[in-house]
Amino acid sequence: MVTLQFVPYGEIADLSSVGRIRMLLNIAKENKIVLLQGRLRKEEETELIQATMEEINKEFKGIELAVIDPNASKSGGGLRGFKDGLVNGLLGNRSGMTIIGPASIVKEIKKDPTKIELMTKDKRNGKKKKNGKRK
Amino acid sequence: MLNFMQKFLNHFFKNLFKSKKNIKLGLYGPPNGGKSTLANRICMDWLGEEMSSVSNVAHETREIQIKEQIKVKDKKGKKELSFNLVDTPGIATKIDYEEFLKSGMKEKEAKKRAKEATKGVIDAIKWLDDMDGVVVVLDSTKDPYSQVNITIVGNLAARNIPVLIAGNKVDLKKSDIKKVQAAFPQYKVVGLSAKYGKNVQDFYDTLFKVMK
Repeated sequence: MVTLQFVPYGEIADLSSVGRIRMLLNIAKENKIVLLQGRLRKEEETELIQATMEEINKEFKGIELAVIDPNASKSGGGLRGFKDGLVNGLLGNRSGMTIIGPASIVKEIKKDPTKIELMTKDKRNGKKKKNGKRK
Repeated sequence: MLNFMQKFLNHFFKNLFKSKKNIKLGLYGPPNGGKSTLANRICMDWLGEEMSSVSNVAHETREIQIKEQIKVKDKKGKKELSFNLVDTPGIATKIDYEEFLKSGMKEKEAKKRAKEATKGVIDAIKWLDDMDGVVVVLDSTKDPYSQVNITIVGNLAARNIPVLIAGNKVDLKKSDIKKVQAAFPQYKVVGLSAKYGKNVQDFYDTLFKVMK
């Protein structure tokens, strides 16, 4: 059985970077797949990778990470870009979704423009199992 | 706010005292993209000696490797770019020692390699701030949209570090350099084969443009 835990952005909005990463990583370490509303800051994404590496042991092999940001291709320069940057800077980036899955369960996350494919590990025979999720 | 001021001052003083001769050019990317092969190609071309060991097993480079004072010339031989080349361990979000066992490694050795690899990833990320320019080396036969690639490039952009994307392994049939270009439209992308030296001159010429 695979457990998905949805985390609304409001739950991490007031946390420090360390607090956010700790919270998300702790959920993943409980063998749950995190569906976070919005995305972390770019620096926090690398901090998440760093923190993951520090935690790797016999039981915890790391994470699979995917960020889906529908505004990434639209945002650019100009007033719109400035406005988006300002809003994201003040309130955090709540658009899109971040998926963090423990590597012991999630084999691979594939993204394409219309869907996300989450390949989970079949524990019985080690084969990949495909779980599609439309955006 | 205090954190921002500290970062600003660090950056300011770092740039103030940095000599042009000490430019650090980093090779970053996921494991097995060909960073060390490219490092060796650059070093063989301009120093006549290799820099790093390479292997088909992921995470061969587990420590930062530096080769100092590499001087690259442009096609006409008029311009010169001098830098210290930094070959970094591949950045990954997961490391499983059992994967190394599949390549015939013994358990003890595989566990040691996995432990060193996790430390290597941490070190590579820590070094990001010290880079003056970065070549992101990707395997052009693989999906360029992987989150590790996007996170690395996004972080470099946030730090205002010049980026050149090298789509490596164009000698392989599965290579799709157009897909790499489509994934990173705002960056210069060069397709090359570091192993066989294909399109390497194009890589050097583009490096001049990116690092100017």
